Amino acid sequence: MQSFQDIIFTLKRYWADRGCIIQEPYDVEVGAGTMCPETFLRVLGPHPYRVAYVQPSRRPADGRYGDNPNRLFKHSQLQVILKPSPDDVIEQYLGSLEAMGIDLRKHDIKFEEDNWEAPTLGAWGIGWQVMLDGLEITQFTYFQQCGGIDLDLVPAELTYGLERLAAFLQVKDSVYDIEWTKGFSYADVRYRDELQYSVYNFEAADIPTLWKLFELHEREAARLLKLYDPKAADKKRFPLLPTYDHALKCSNLFNTLDSRGAISVTERVGVIQRVRKIAVGVAQAWADQQQEVAQ
Amino acid sequence: MSLPFLLEIGTEEIPDWMIPGALENLRLLFEKLEIPHESIAMDATPRRLVLRAEGLPERQADSEERVVGPAKSAPAQAVAGFARKQGVKPEDLAVETTAKGEYYSFTRKVAGRASKDILAEALPSLILQIYFPKTMYWTAKGGPRFIRPIRWMVALLGEEIVPFEIAGVHSGALTSGHRRLGAREIAITTADYEQRLRDHYVILSAERRREKIRKELAGVRIKPDPALLETLVYITEYPTAITGSFDAQFLELPEEVLVTVMRHHQKYFSVEDARGKLAPQFVAVMNIPADPEGFVRRGNERVLRARFNDARFFWEADRKKTLAARKLDLAHVTFQAKLGTYLEKTGRVVELVKELGGDADAARAAELLKCDLTTELVKEFTELQGVVGGLYARADGEPEAVWQAVYDHYKPESMDDAIPRGRTGQLVSLADKLDTLRGCFRVGMVPSGSRDPFALRRAAQGVVRILVEGEISVPLLNLIGPDDALRAFFEDRVRFYFKDHCGFAYDEVNACMASGWSSLLDLKARLLRVQALRSTPDFEPLAASFKRIRNILDQAEFKGGVGFNQQLLEPGPEQDLYQEYRRIAGQPIEHVISQLRPKVDLFFDKVLVNAPDARVRQNRLALLHTLLAEFSPIADFSEIVTHS
Repeated sequence: MQSFQDIIFTLKRYWADRGCIIQEPYDVEVGAGTMCPETFLRVLGPHPYRVAYVQPSRRPADGRYGDNPNRLFKHSQLQVILKPSPDDVIEQYLGSLEAMGIDLRKHDIKFEEDNWEAPTLGAWGIGWQVMLDGLEITQFTYFQQCGGIDLDLVPAELTYGLERLAAFLQVKDSVYDIEWTKGFSYADVRYRDELQYSVYNFEAADIPTLWKLFELHEREAARLLKLYDPKAADKKRFPLLPTYDHALKCSNLFNTLDSRGAISVTERVGVIQRVRKIAVGVAQAWADQQQEVAQ
Repeated sequence: MSLPFLLEIGTEEIPDWMIPGALENLRLLFEKLEIPHESIAMDATPRRLVLRAEGLPERQADSEERVVGPAKSAPAQAVAGFARKQGVKPEDLAVETTAKGEYYSFTRKVAGRASKDILAEALPSLILQIYFPKTMYWTAKGGPRFIRPIRWMVALLGEEIVPFEIAGVHSGALTSGHRRLGAREIAITTADYEQRLRDHYVILSAERRREKIRKELAGVRIKPDPALLETLVYITEYPTAITGSFDAQFLELPEEVLVTVMRHHQKYFSVEDARGKLAPQFVAVMNIPADPEGFVRRGNERVLRARFNDARFFWEADRKKTLAARKLDLAHVTFQAKLGTYLEKTGRVVELVKELGGDADAARAAELLKCDLTTELVKEFTELQGVVGGLYARADGEPEAVWQAVYDHYKPESMDDAIPRGRTGQLVSLADKLDTLRGCFRVGMVPSGSRDPFALRRAAQGVVRILVEGEISVPLLNLIGPDDALRAFFEDRVRFYFKDHCGFAYDEVNACMASGWSSLLDLKARLLRVQALRSTPDFEPLAASFKRIRNILDQAEFKGGVGFNQQLLEPGPEQDLYQEYRRIAGQPIEHVISQLRPKVDLFFDKVLVNAPDARVRQNRLALLHTLLAEFSPIADFSEIVTHS
């Protein structure tokens, strides 16, 4: 039986063999692998790039105190970006499933229309959810726009849901029964995260403190963005990556406040707009900064 | 020589629901090329759009092109110049006589172009013109757009490749089989194409795929679901149905929830037992020919089990709080940014239901109407909103009229869907839809073209249907209020309903609506009368006369208000017509039409309306106006299109 970490090793090896940089998870909280700079910023501009990484993805509202066998506060995505997307991208993807020992002549694989869209990032793409014997295992997207900018090259984004894939391969009805590695189950490794973050996100988080943190990060990001000068000779020094970290902090704080029930209807749209404004601002400045570097 | 033509556009998986439309579009684009052909056939799988035509000529027929040059009287120099331009000597020119005089002309023979050349030139742009609701770049920004990336193309005219290129893909004679059971490159001819695909696990014909699924379903008692069948036909290249089962304990959950999970989330057919009750089984359609080791069946069973477990988890979690206790939570759910929360909407709908004459049950249903929006189950299965509220209301012990009203209040969801059962459901559904329509129009969210994000057309259509089919006699205009745009919007919906849904002739609908459309029941009754009258022999001639009257009054700019003077009537047809009018006034048109018509005909035959004496003229106009007004409460008969 392939353990959870075997599956990760296999996929990383597979994509490394196809020219991908293997990155480690980003060290700021994100809701999805797409939000990492390795995707969100790297898809912009004219430079080819290939990267794969596992990203623990936090969705405060999805936490279930470790009670629900299929729902997690923090799940793991294996994210692959192929920019530009190769002509045989689907063949390569199917090959990755076969590398994990899935005989696709004996399993039912379907590509069902599912166009991904993230309004807070000004990003969208065209693609599918990939179904394996009725289970959604991957989101497959041809990125079209990011930060409101049409992308020069069209990257393919593959997002594998690792817990689902592992439960499928190990024939487990609960993610907590997945074998992480010999002698350790998923529950051994992650149950505490699920329980404690659920308690924090739903009960314990101090709302005024979170708002204060949100505003601090927002202010710092806005301050930096205002200083970015597209005409500056040394603009490549400009710290856009740290600016983006503050946008990510805002996004995670927003999600936490939301799961805490702290955001009223009237506020909600406005707060989303605030996060979007920073994220899109960084993306646009980044695209500009890249252009200059290209020359 | 007559040649077969084959075009296959090989793509990545196209969304199933777009495929039939794209094929039809491709056919029309091809026919616009005006290349003669005997027959044309369209086929598709998720990965290929295919056009096959028979009987194309190798080349187009030769044609002649006639060029007219200078007049015969023109200087010789001009004539020589014209001849030179045509590549001939002046003595080879013909002279022809036209209405304007004699002119030199030359008839040039144009050889027909090879069909292959025409196709090679036309196909790239033709293919990229196929309409899809949403398209993408796949090469790079500014590159071609299509529904999904094009990965190969077959284009054969007879045995020859029609050469062209799109986005770096060159047309050829190689197709591609099933993603995992077929070869990636398969050499084909127009003759063996379909069989070669079949050998590589692709059933080209949607009809054959449909038949295969149907045949495999024959032994199982499934809930018929034509739309799901179409989805499955266009999401597979080699469909095979398999039956799986689930634990019967899940049957304790509401059937609506189970069916939604199976149908919408998993694309399964649900199965019934002999008494029509849901059975603990399902049918999935996979994209491979067999599942001898049961991998696919067991995988699907496991997914379904997880989904049902989730649903049960949500059902039980939601039941910890009654539906009524959720009302205040609606303050946290936005209806629309400019229109406030669902709590505010609920308040308005309750008031509106009372205005509509709703009783205590209706008011209660209105209170509970949107409470299910805060349940976990609706967050998970948004398509079940309303239904879930109804189920929880029933479980909470609400009266039948109340829970059914909540359950049904989104109905009718399409023209084929039924309206809510029961008066309570009809009233709350009306109030909910009217509130949405009024609110959206008030803040300027008016549908335009294909943009109708709040589905206001469907809501308005629902209002019309509930009023008519629920036989509710509230005047529609009282419900709409003073908004002109909303009135015009409803007028269109009323027209659409009676014309396209009920099948009344458009001119009958125009005629009856011209006499008012606020009371829809009255409008329907009048339409039925006019429809019945139309088959009587006197109707069309009388309608023609009424149109004439209308024209005369319009031309004379007759405003009415002129006192009618009986003394000015001329004996004979005019007097007769007046007497007839006096006799029939107030009677139903059905009873009088046969006597009235000859009098009207005779009047127009013998009497000059436009009399020289202005008083007589005005009097005649007043008579005609009175006659027209007599029947105007039913319809404006001058709107009827007559054949005379």
